[in-house]
Amino acid sequence: MEFLELLINALIAGILLGGFFAALSIGLSICFGLLDAVNIAHPTIIVGAAFCTFLLNDLLGIDPIVAGLILTPVFFLFGMGIYSLYYQFFERQSAEALRGLAFFFGLLFIAEVVMIMIFGVDHRLVSAPYIGESFTAVVTGMTFSVPYRLLAAFVIAGLMTLGISYYLSSSYFGRATSAVHQDMMALSLMGADPVMIKRIAFALGLATCGLAGALMIIVIPIEPAVGRFFIGNVFAIVVLGGLGSIPGTLVGALILGIAESLVSTFFGPSWAPAVSFGILLGVLAFKPTGLFGTGDTR
Amino acid sequence: MLQRYRFEIGCVVALLACFLITQVELNRFYYFAGFAILQYVLISTAWNILGGYGGYINFGTAGFLGLGTYVAIAMIQWYGAGIIEQIIVAGALAGLLGLGIGYITLRLKGVYFAIATLAIAIVLETFVNNWDYVGGAAGVSILPPRTPELLGITIVDRKGGGIFYNNKEWLFFLMGALAIASVWIARTIEFGKLGRGLNAIKDNEEAAECMGVPTLKLKLIATVISGALMGVAGAVFPSYLTFVDPPTAFNLEFAVNSLAMPMIGGTFTWIGPVVGSILLGTVQQVAIVTISSEINLLIIGLLLVIFVTIAPHGIVGWFMKKNK
Repeated sequence: MEFLELLINALIAGILLGGFFAALSIGLSICFGLLDAVNIAHPTIIVGAAFCTFLLNDLLGIDPIVAGLILTPVFFLFGMGIYSLYYQFFERQSAEALRGLAFFFGLLFIAEVVMIMIFGVDHRLVSAPYIGESFTAVVTGMTFSVPYRLLAAFVIAGLMTLGISYYLSSSYFGRATSAVHQDMMALSLMGADPVMIKRIAFALGLATCGLAGALMIIVIPIEPAVGRFFIGNVFAIVVLGGLGSIPGTLVGALILGIAESLVSTFFGPSWAPAVSFGILLGVLAFKPTGLFGTGDTR
Repeated sequence: MLQRYRFEIGCVVALLACFLITQVELNRFYYFAGFAILQYVLISTAWNILGGYGGYINFGTAGFLGLGTYVAIAMIQWYGAGIIEQIIVAGALAGLLGLGIGYITLRLKGVYFAIATLAIAIVLETFVNNWDYVGGAAGVSILPPRTPELLGITIVDRKGGGIFYNNKEWLFFLMGALAIASVWIARTIEFGKLGRGLNAIKDNEEAAECMGVPTLKLKLIATVISGALMGVAGAVFPSYLTFVDPPTAFNLEFAVNSLAMPMIGGTFTWIGPVVGSILLGTVQQVAIVTISSEINLLIIGLLLVIFVTIAPHGIVGWFMKKNK
């Protein structure tokens, strides 16, 4: 009975965590999966958004979710800027793709150091009515409890990721983005401007960081280096779901969330970081295209 | 004759210089700074064997280095192993780690290898945090032997009976020898079959494969050598620092430096990482003392981005162009 109680609690927490992971990785899924821009700075940019949320909440008393919505267009513009740089120096010269990686790695490092210089290495939190309390239910003698903070993050993350997923699968722009992914040359022959489409799609990917950052600081206390611990998670999710597949990313996020929650519950939370890496290596070894991927991996 | 063996003579001269420096009693800080710079020569040379020649980026330097460090610690805890044994075993295991990760990811696009290595440091740190035998998250203190011996010769003796007066000087010399050896290995690879194969892979892997270059085999060999040398660099760490905790051993700084130093020096030839690490290493040692370690890290990050975007061939690249 006690085991069942633990298991069900872990599963519920895992699904909620999976929703949060989906919010963290959907932007990367767009940049890496659809546009081939391997933005390893993605989690660190999310931490940057989390610190912006912290400032808005701490100084102006704005609710973190509202703060996240305010930050979204800001990060959209930021994404446009980053992509312009990336295009100018790497894609246009068709430089080795790996130099682009080094560029994003440098960006990650700079962002982290700047955050340490401004905020120090202390853990920061936000305050909102739904943070700190838990929803508790007793069913047939078993106690189930769900922290409201995870629930709030799950709902917002679900709305955001399903919205983007629907938009990319049904709108003109979404189809254009898939077209860029499939054959850039053909698209430019059709008279569309692939660079413009890529710039907007990349910016959309970074815009998700605004809201994802707000969710991050709602779910966990943050410090500048925390982004590193999510690198394994987000890449494991995107690769597991399959490059180029947004629904795949959502499924991957749920799988990883549940797996991490089970491992934390039964083996201790200090083992959780090993889960994503195990999944990542497993997928690369046995099915590098992921669950729903279509792209080639060579 | 002299022309032909210029490089080998240079190596011997550099080794002698390292030895002489240990014999004049300098301020302790210079040995400390020198050790750090020599360690970076070793690390960035190791990184460049795969990253510079083959074009496969390894973000996991901190993981390989940390593995070497903790293998050495485990061996000291286990039976008080000597430093040479630590270096050999740490190098072998780090090489094996490279083989394992490489075997899984090097058959795929280069980004997969990069991503997998990115996560290594975090995962290994997780294991060490959970492993109390080597100190766990709290860290561990290492007591270096008072009078270490090698092949029956006393190496260090404070009273003057050995070759070196104290342990720091001996380890400084050892690191110098390892760094020089790594540069020699890198240069041998560069002008040999392996280096030419790797260069072909970097330029166009598909074409190389079609021309009969055994691409996977060459990439794996390069990853093993590169990883093993990083493990070697890590193995000397616990004896030198005498206190190690996971955040020190798995510091992201190593990953950034091992990438930035070859990129700034120039990745296409053995001298690039050497120039980059001596230059950037010295700047860092000065910056840490005079300004602050955060600004020092910021400088590395900015230099990395600037060089990657504007001067992809590094400092050595400028001079080579002028000569042409």
